[in-house]
Amino acid sequence: MILVYIIVILLTGAFLAWIAGRWNPVLPRIISLIALSIGFILIIFIATQSVSDDNKWLIDYKLDWISEFGISLHLALDGLSLLMLLLTFFLGIISVIISWNEINSKVGFFHFNLLLILAGITGVFLSIDLFLFYFFWELMLLPMYFLIGIWGHDNRTAASNKFFLYTQASGLLMLISIIALYFVHGHSTGSYTFDYMLLLGTEMSASKELLIMSGFLSAFLVKLPVVPLHNWLPDAHSEAPTAGSLILAALLLKTGAYGLLRFIVPLFPSASITFKPIGMLLGVIGILYGAKLAFAQTDFKRLVAYTSVSHMGFVILGVFSFNELAYQGVVMQMLAHGISTGALFILAGQLYERIHTRDLNKMGGLWEKVPVMGAVALIFSMASLGLPGLGNFIAELLILIGAFKTSILMSCLACLGLIAATIYSLRIIQKVFLGNTNQEGEMNDLNFREKIVSACLVIVIVGLGLFPQPVFNTAKPALLKTLDIQREKNIPDPGISKKIAVEKNILFFQISKKCLHVNI
Amino acid sequence: MTVTDFLCLAPLLIIATAPVVIMIVISFLRSYEVIYGFSILSLLSAFVSILYIVPAVPHSIEPLFIIDIYSLFFLGIIILAALLVTLLSHDYIKQIEGVREEYYIILFTSTLGASLLAVANHFILFFLGIETLSISLYVLIAFQRSKDRSIEAGIKYLILASVSSAFLLFGMGLIYTATGKMQFNGIVSALSGNGQNSPLLIAGFAMMMVGIGFKLALVPFHMWTPDVYQGAPAPVTAYIATVSKGAVMAILIRFFFNIRGLNNHSLFYMISAIAILSMFTGNLLAIRQQNIKRLLAYSSIANMGYLIIILLIGNNKGIQASIFYLISYFITTIGAFGVISLLSTCKYEAEMTEDFKGLFWKRPWVAIVFTLSLLSLAGIPITAGFIAKFYIIFEGMKAGLMVLVFSMIINSVIGLYYYLKVITALFSPVNEIKLPALSMTGHFTLAIIGLSILILGIYPGWLIDIIVKFAAL
Repeated sequence: MILVYIIVILLTGAFLAWIAGRWNPVLPRIISLIALSIGFILIIFIATQSVSDDNKWLIDYKLDWISEFGISLHLALDGLSLLMLLLTFFLGIISVIISWNEINSKVGFFHFNLLLILAGITGVFLSIDLFLFYFFWELMLLPMYFLIGIWGHDNRTAASNKFFLYTQASGLLMLISIIALYFVHGHSTGSYTFDYMLLLGTEMSASKELLIMSGFLSAFLVKLPVVPLHNWLPDAHSEAPTAGSLILAALLLKTGAYGLLRFIVPLFPSASITFKPIGMLLGVIGILYGAKLAFAQTDFKRLVAYTSVSHMGFVILGVFSFNELAYQGVVMQMLAHGISTGALFILAGQLYERIHTRDLNKMGGLWEKVPVMGAVALIFSMASLGLPGLGNFIAELLILIGAFKTSILMSCLACLGLIAATIYSLRIIQKVFLGNTNQEGEMNDLNFREKIVSACLVIVIVGLGLFPQPVFNTAKPALLKTLDIQREKNIPDPGISKKIAVEKNILFFQISKKCLHVNI
Repeated sequence: MTVTDFLCLAPLLIIATAPVVIMIVISFLRSYEVIYGFSILSLLSAFVSILYIVPAVPHSIEPLFIIDIYSLFFLGIIILAALLVTLLSHDYIKQIEGVREEYYIILFTSTLGASLLAVANHFILFFLGIETLSISLYVLIAFQRSKDRSIEAGIKYLILASVSSAFLLFGMGLIYTATGKMQFNGIVSALSGNGQNSPLLIAGFAMMMVGIGFKLALVPFHMWTPDVYQGAPAPVTAYIATVSKGAVMAILIRFFFNIRGLNNHSLFYMISAIAILSMFTGNLLAIRQQNIKRLLAYSSIANMGYLIIILLIGNNKGIQASIFYLISYFITTIGAFGVISLLSTCKYEAEMTEDFKGLFWKRPWVAIVFTLSLLSLAGIPITAGFIAKFYIIFEGMKAGLMVLVFSMIINSVIGLYYYLKVITALFSPVNEIKLPALSMTGHFTLAIIGLSILILGIYPGWLIDIIVKFAAL
């Protein structure tokens, strides 16, 4: 029931904020902060409860919704969704704070949309009924569309339309796949249901499995995004207001990654193996191409947007490596990328508030004027290029090690991405903060509110870099379960029992952990 | 005729009596509010009478009528839609100078025609119903005699509807020649003896499809739709888009199922082609529209294309899906045209995208209902339209109609593009256009529509349960 409360709190907050916005522009901000804080506290409360190891959900809630179709309101939480929720609410609070001065018109409706997106994202991370999942998947689109379309920059209409059409089209393909899976499962077992737990292990022919999987894949890969389908992302990111970019990059993209881990791998164990080489290749292409494009941008926000494409390449590479190391890396990458890219977008927003441009060529030499901002930017650029001690390093290293076990070639190619990341990250610092001054006049450095936000983000990213173990422990049962389903299906030979495979993994994991310690 | 016969026809009798009473009242007392109130009361009592008939059905009055749960469902939908349109007409019609009370008389006669289609089991009643409906609609469309565009639309509809009626009649004649029967269930028994594919029959069915296709505005019989939608007063447009099409759909489904249309391959391919063509043509033509009434006209063509997929599903599940779809489509369409008619005066029709710019900041409440209606037409979750579309896709996939389902998916995306354009306009910065004040009935009706769209979108289970439990042929 607590899971339902979390979503209901967000929805109630959304409506209250909207209504309150009619009287006072500050009230919606406070209401949103309160709603998000209550949610955040609830989740921390759940997190402090013991994390069980026995392959079960931490919390499981089910209620009939449309019984004629076998649709239920089934919400459940395991370590993976718990981490994602922590990220969602943390960044939710941050996004309210950073919009404090930026959004001055239609404040009530802005916060209504903001909270609605967060409710949709929360729903996506919690739904265990496929219909419900699709419902929330779509629910987060519309408020995002408004967020970009109403409060965005000059080219906002085209950007928001593109965003909506891309995601909606791919989402509909997923809907077809969901229904197809429902019927395939119903025909073979006689029980017609959209429940994820029952649909696991559905027997189907290889070609059917591949077809059905491709529908899901299209939705997740567009959201992630992988390279041929990434076209919506730079526009949406650069035109959105700061809070919009933050949520897009840090949370919406993660729903795609989460979908891959939660649905693609366990529901389609054989087909996902078939897709492995293509998946890994797409990941590598994403890493390199995204980095190359990032390097070529002159617009700060577009640059950061393309780094997202590159970083998300690591996620898909990791997902299709099929081992625990890579999966831990993927989870870490989702968190670390959320924080670091989010922080860079916040920085872009802060710069825009001060000098009213996103053009890198018009910046330069700002370090002298705004040293604190420069320091923050430096930290997150370093995070983005994968400096040891920060979260992204752990994530990318684990993914690379994991991928190495599966495909040496792909892993080596992906390593080149780290060099490219260094180039574009240093370019940010160089173009914005070093070099000749192009801006006349005084600039205010970060104020107290902005300093608090930056401090929180820095603490989290350093914390993830130095103490990653709690994250690993939380995510582990969920990831192992996913991998078990995968292995059961694909290793018919009882000689290589899954136990041994798991233990081998753990051993390998401990060794690499030692390596990390030495490095740090 | 027995007492049960009369009882079962109660809703029809009420609807038939109401215009007579109104005519008599008008000759004594020409009061707009009295007539308006009486119309609403009559429609309400007609709806309530349906609930009383439920235990008495199925009941057939040979040879013309059949009153079963299926017809009661459609009667209920038609009467409720007529009620909503009446509620929305109040302000719009009131502004018309000169006589205006007669509007409600004609609204009743057309509703009578539509209701006849829901209970018809015979070619004669089929034709009578369609003609009663069409002739009333000519008058309704051209009700604002002072407007050129209204007259043009009326005449266009008159000519094309007469031609299509002729086709329909000819088709009926051919089928009668081939089978010797005019009663729907008689035709099927005659068919089982004869070959299904005799050229006479195929020609007959094809001719009938022309007539029906015209009424439903399916491609290639859709040319009248944008002009008529644009020219008619906004509440009447809502009426044409919902009641008239819903009633024709009711009889099409009954007829098609009674003659086991699915066994006939040429009929199957004919309907598939019409469905796919309607979806694509409707949506592609809507993309470049700036006039929202025309845009909704094209979108209705596409929507009818989605809807006739259920003919090809060919079982009760399909019928149930169609009933849910129609209910959601009715509410949604009346919502969209309701907003247009509430923002229009009889002098100035708010129909261009420009007129709706920034509506959200001026009239948030109205804009929300309009947004919900458009989202529902586009099939976005939390609206009724999403569940409706899901229902059809669901049943379509179950029946293995993958080509149709995929065209529906592609078209949903195309459709989304132009609905988004309108929604963007609603939320863009404010323009200077003055809007008329909104009356209480307007607020009330919009509230009902907005809430229904949300309730059916978020918690559709109860309605689906009712439909699944009762609605079957």
